[in-house]
Amino acid sequence: MAKRIDVSGLHVYYGDFLAVEDVSMTIEPRSVTAFIGSSGCGKSTFLRTLNRMHEVTPGARVQGKVLLDDQDVYGSEVDPVAVRREVGMVFQRPNPFPTMSIYDNVIAGAKLNNQRLNKSAADDLVERSLRGANLWEEVKDRLGRPGAGLSGGQQQRLCIARAIAVEPSVLLMDEPCSALDPISTLAIEDLISELKENYTIVIVTHNMQQAARVSDVTAFFNLAGTGKPGKLIEMGETNKIFTKPEKKETENYITGRFG
Amino acid sequence: MSAPTQLSEPIAEDARMAAPNTLSLGGSLPRFTPPVTLAVLLLVSAGALFLLDAWNPAVLVIVTAVAYMVVITLASVIVENSRKAKDRLVTAVVYVCFGIAMVPLVSLLWTVLAEGIVRLDGYFLSVSMNGVTPSMDAGGAYHAVLGTLVITGIAALISVPIGLMTAIYLVEYGRGRLKTAITFFVDVMTGIPSIVAGLFVVALWIMIFGPGETNGLAGAISLSVLMIPVVVRSCEEMLRLVPNELREASYALGVPKWLTVLKVVLPTAIAGITTGIMLALARVIGETAPLILTAGSSAVAINANPVEGQMMSLPVFIYSQVRMGGAINYERAWAAALTLIAIVMLLFFVARLVSRFFAPKAR
Repeated sequence: MAKRIDVSGLHVYYGDFLAVEDVSMTIEPRSVTAFIGSSGCGKSTFLRTLNRMHEVTPGARVQGKVLLDDQDVYGSEVDPVAVRREVGMVFQRPNPFPTMSIYDNVIAGAKLNNQRLNKSAADDLVERSLRGANLWEEVKDRLGRPGAGLSGGQQQRLCIARAIAVEPSVLLMDEPCSALDPISTLAIEDLISELKENYTIVIVTHNMQQAARVSDVTAFFNLAGTGKPGKLIEMGETNKIFTKPEKKETENYITGRFG
Repeated sequence: MSAPTQLSEPIAEDARMAAPNTLSLGGSLPRFTPPVTLAVLLLVSAGALFLLDAWNPAVLVIVTAVAYMVVITLASVIVENSRKAKDRLVTAVVYVCFGIAMVPLVSLLWTVLAEGIVRLDGYFLSVSMNGVTPSMDAGGAYHAVLGTLVITGIAALISVPIGLMTAIYLVEYGRGRLKTAITFFVDVMTGIPSIVAGLFVVALWIMIFGPGETNGLAGAISLSVLMIPVVVRSCEEMLRLVPNELREASYALGVPKWLTVLKVVLPTAIAGITTGIMLALARVIGETAPLILTAGSSAVAINANPVEGQMMSLPVFIYSQVRMGGAINYERAWAAALTLIAIVMLLFFVARLVSRFFAPKAR
């Protein structure tokens, strides 16, 4: 189910502005890859190009290649909508649909696409996804309640359940814990470690301890300067990045010395 | 600063002398002071006006309000401090302004209710003016109620889809010149005087059917010219309030844009959209000028067919009755006005119910 992502020579533009320059990397299946780096260095922008979510922003475009296993994500015959079914995404702020119940939120991917699900298949999918997101025990008695009534951490796990209910092969997470308290953060991190059995996971985080705790591979992005594009500085095994980084810049960032 | 405040600390006493306004806390007036003062002043002013033989409720209210502002401020300066005195003065001013704003509204509702209830009954609502001479003690507004419902109903059927889809275009799809142009023209349309909208349809009808043709459909179209920009504007605002995160969440699940708009954005905004449409309806349901031009002002019989013959509506009914000028005509006009207000209130009540039913629930 999990797929490998191969990026080569990717440039991201907003209009004429080059936001991210020349990124090449391979993201292994069944692993967690963390993107770290200062704000505005393009890691979220780059993450969004992996499922073509950047196209939602007017003027955003890319040059270069992204392969999902052997399929070109930017091929001329490829529908971005289909890419997003294959590569799911979890956002910084939990965003359950306010008009829907917990149950409907989980099967939103199918419901919004007008897919017909019979009752037992839907029940099954809801239970499986909520169990997968470690939320089933907490909400199984109130599935008909609105999703917006849950706590922030529960809402975020609901969003993860919603994302895995469409059975993607890759899960992108854009700072999924930055709006959560430490307990909820721990719950999400445990969940990430379980999910990597079945999915390719890419996570953007500002929390370096989090990157060290959950990820197998870490990629460090940085800006060359204000107004200059973001770049991939170094990528390697998390252990190595945090103990013996090759580049001086990486070491400075990780140890908290800048400039 | 005549309040007998005992300060034992010499330092505090020095400070108090240096800056008396900021450090003197003073006492405080009891909580029942404002209502009691108001009641006493009301009685005193009423007594004074009687003695001066100048009894008049309006003068009484004005005198009492002014006296209250003076007394409460002075009392507060003496017993409390100048900051609290300002607070009490401004509070009094705000209440008075609120009262002034309410006067025309309450007066209007009261007049319409008192005058309209005289003739508003089942008979008035169930018969037309067919065969009724202007001064006869008979006849009703059934044909006008029917006409109002038919004309505004058709106007809504035309305006709501066009307005809502324009708003969706502007918020979700539009960019560049076309979007700017549409926004500009919607703004211009908002400012069109209603009689001009009527003239527009008259001109259109002359082009299509020749001169002198008036019917309900023409009225409905002139109303929709007025209604569309209001619908566009309010729906646009409501759609913009839907957080972008919800759209992104939907895209990230592999949902195409049109389904996202249809099943995420619209349901989230439906409560506000309903209210906006009801406001637009309320805006056009009382339009008179364009309907006189387009739907005619002399219909007396029941006519439910919008494409054949003149059609009466409540505002035009009021207008034509008042123009006849007899006592009975005024009674009919007031009763029709009351009916019109009742219909608008009913619309708002339904809108409230709808938005409560659809509104996103937190728990």
